[in-house]
Amino acid sequence: MKAAVIVFPGSNCDRDCKVAIERSTGATVDMVWHGDSELPDGLDLIVLPGGFSYGDYLRCGAMAALSPVMQAVKAAAERGVATVGICNGFQILCEAGMLPGALLRNEGLKYVCKPVALEVTNAQTRFTAAYRDRREVTMTIGNGEGNFFADEATLDRLEGQGQVVFRYIDNPNGSARDIAGIVNAAGNVLGLMPHPDRAFEIDLGSADGALLFQSALASA
Amino acid sequence: MKATVHVFLKPGVLDVQGKAVESALHGLGWPDVKDVRVGRVLTFDLPGDDRAAAEAQVKAMCDKLLANTVIESYRVEIA
Repeated sequence: MKAAVIVFPGSNCDRDCKVAIERSTGATVDMVWHGDSELPDGLDLIVLPGGFSYGDYLRCGAMAALSPVMQAVKAAAERGVATVGICNGFQILCEAGMLPGALLRNEGLKYVCKPVALEVTNAQTRFTAAYRDRREVTMTIGNGEGNFFADEATLDRLEGQGQVVFRYIDNPNGSARDIAGIVNAAGNVLGLMPHPDRAFEIDLGSADGALLFQSALASA
Repeated sequence: MKATVHVFLKPGVLDVQGKAVESALHGLGWPDVKDVRVGRVLTFDLPGDDRAAAEAQVKAMCDKLLANTVIESYRVEIA
């Protein structure tokens, strides 16, 4: 099993993601620089990590979405490679048009950093199959712009097609319909604001995030 | 030529910064202020003197990078 973590200038969860994937799945993890135009061969999983790519200049994720490596990430995702964007990675996937919607400033204007309870809304995706017996999981969020927004028609479509994967049980930021994570229509691109990479061992307060990486690579 | 781009959250998209500024203005003695929106202005120079071509170019820049049209609208001025 082979995974890649994309490193943008300003990413700060890239190492966390590498360690989380290695320890929870045993996969080898390559770090790929944002300026590269090719990805390693034979990838089973691509992760866009959290952080503040390009200093969040202009809009969170806007510059990163246009960096050279994203052409290769888009092409790989179109071939069906499992792709996960966590926090800033979710913002990048939305900015890149790989997921619908956008992430707005949190409703309370505050940077919110705390463990949150999540409903596993769809445990039948390739990222959540290992949660089949779990209705509720805990992961940490840490963001100032995690307030998911999409127009009503898009929200209806996401809900109707089972693309809402995680919901906040107690909405911390004003996200539309309590959405914490969504997949694309093809089911191979996941974006979520909570950090599975900060919840992969019980010593971190929760090991629930490990199941996400295990699911993603089990389906590879 | 000088291009000026104004970017604002679309009407209906919650502007929490605008809300915070509005409540600060109310607290400072301007209670009648309503519907504060906080936006972004970008200015830059472009060579040439074909205004229509410049405007088309800047609109393309907005769609590609300067605005996220899922949540924002923009207005271009060329002078």
